[in-house]
Amino acid sequence: MNKRKEEEQKMTKPLLEVKGLKKYFEIRGGVFGRKTGEIKAVDDVSFTVREGEILGIVGESGCGKSTTGKSILRLIEPSAGEVTFAGRKITHLDSEELRKLRKNMQIIFQDPYASLNPRHTVEKIIGEPLLVHKTISAEERKKRVKELLEVVGLSSYHASRYPHQFSGGQRQRIGIARALANHPKLIICDEPVSALDVSVQSQILNLMQKLREEFQLTYVFIAHDLSVVKHISDRVGVMYLGGLMELADKDKLYTGPKHPYTQALLSAVPTPDPDDVRERIILKGDVPSPANPPTGCVFHTRCPQAMDICKTVKPVFEEVEDNHFVACHLFVM
Amino acid sequence: MSAEKNNKQGQKLPLTNPATLDSHSDEDDIEETSPWKDTCKYLQKNRFAITGCLIILFFVLFGFLAPLLTSYSYQGQDLANRLQPPSSEHWFGTDDVGRDIFTRIAYGARVSMQVGFFAVTGALVFGTLLGMIAGYFGRWIDTIISRIFDIVLAFPSILLAIAIVAILGASLQNALIAIAIINIPIFGRIVRSKVISLREEEFIMAARAQGMKNGRIIFHHILPNSAAPIIVQATLGFGTAILDAAALGFLGLGAQPPTPEWGAMLAASRDFIQLAPWTLIFPGISIMLVVLGFNLIGDGLRDALDPKMKN
Repeated sequence: MNKRKEEEQKMTKPLLEVKGLKKYFEIRGGVFGRKTGEIKAVDDVSFTVREGEILGIVGESGCGKSTTGKSILRLIEPSAGEVTFAGRKITHLDSEELRKLRKNMQIIFQDPYASLNPRHTVEKIIGEPLLVHKTISAEERKKRVKELLEVVGLSSYHASRYPHQFSGGQRQRIGIARALANHPKLIICDEPVSALDVSVQSQILNLMQKLREEFQLTYVFIAHDLSVVKHISDRVGVMYLGGLMELADKDKLYTGPKHPYTQALLSAVPTPDPDDVRERIILKGDVPSPANPPTGCVFHTRCPQAMDICKTVKPVFEEVEDNHFVACHLFVM
Repeated sequence: MSAEKNNKQGQKLPLTNPATLDSHSDEDDIEETSPWKDTCKYLQKNRFAITGCLIILFFVLFGFLAPLLTSYSYQGQDLANRLQPPSSEHWFGTDDVGRDIFTRIAYGARVSMQVGFFAVTGALVFGTLLGMIAGYFGRWIDTIISRIFDIVLAFPSILLAIAIVAILGASLQNALIAIAIINIPIFGRIVRSKVISLREEEFIMAARAQGMKNGRIIFHHILPNSAAPIIVQATLGFGTAILDAAALGFLGLGAQPPTPEWGAMLAASRDFIQLAPWTLIFPGISIMLVVLGFNLIGDGLRDALDPKMKN
């Protein structure tokens, strides 16, 4: 068992390692703007992403998925923790080193209507990352832009148009082309399809899968739609109130969820068959405020299987089975 | 040349993708355009902007060709013919010391256009720069710059201008500097607020994610998107700058007599408003027309710079 695991890990070395990532937003108030509290948007998240895989991260809104994604890229400065990308710690890089590293790690944003500069033509939007990293000449850049447009399923005559002349799906394709421009290794996809129509969602998902194979990309795929994540991911992590609850291979997670939150979440996925009556786990109450999270396990206030220990001791996020991580006292030996 | 070649290739491409449903590939879209050319083209279609351009062009020519248009001197007094109503000899009449008003307006076009242009340009450049820095970098930089703006705005603007001119010495040039300074916070605050809202936009985060430097983000992404309020304020500021210069001139701190500055002419003739209204009407109309002209151009520019207004 152990041997196989080691071999597997050797074969696919981790491209991204996140250790103890935290992001606390300060709440300031009062006359002098003193710090009166903090919102624990991301609280101690750790995971690794192997080269070439797609790691899905799901969770309800406000659980810190997007903040996690943006903190990895340091678009939001993390409060604590360590991010290692391709063997290099990036949490302490200065702005110039970080700027150069941006070639290799990219992001696709959620809202294609907000993530493209309305005053720039498509050519400028896609060409700009090439320009700022000075990798190729102006002539080559033009060619590369047209090439990228075709890669994402647009046409080269779209280059001279402005973003407002495109539909949401087309804009998202432009966003993808921009992310691809400098041949990145890792792309953080921050809910890339949740703002799109269902019919367009599948087109974009298929495109992203095609691109991953074509360019050997690694994705961290953030979404709140369980079926979307199931469709595209190799492994899936479930977040709740700033923390990872469970992380496992897709099939393991969807067929045998361990954490009570994951179980409740999966039981809420609608099925197309109206006769299929399943037992739904209905959680009571609301998600607690991240400004004042519960002590111990953050989920204990709503957990149907909560024990006394859950109220006081925070469960450790650890491997309970081969490649199956859970943060829950039920599974501590 | 090569762009044309590429475009031809683009045209030949089969539209295989379902995403490219809009298959109108009209010639205009393929044509290689620069933003500058686009803007000019759009301006030409805007009748109001054209009118504004014509008005300004008219006054510029009026100023330049002043010596050819009139045989009078703008400073020669003729006390026998003081306060004459408009006639074939004096088209716009004469003022209280018998100077031909038409001549003074023609020469005054030079002065007033200069006043407006330099005062607004100075305020615009420094105000925008300071506003950008304050809005983009925030924290203590913002606090310092914003408090300076507040201090400047706390004074009645004309009082501050008087103080500045008193320090620098009375001349048209110093009046210009004073007017520019009192207008800096007005531009600065508009730009700052716009930048603060833009800074949170996702496309700015996207620009950072691409690895762009602050300078590039500010000048290529934030500045073009905050152009509209700057342009509108600049065109409005043009009028107030001319009037401020007039007020300073009236107090003897701006254009020194006999310089034919429109505002000063207006101020000097207010005693004769009932006796000889033409002394007031013609400089007043000139100021109004120039301000109107710049406003029309400004409106046109604002629309022309916004890609969403095209097509």
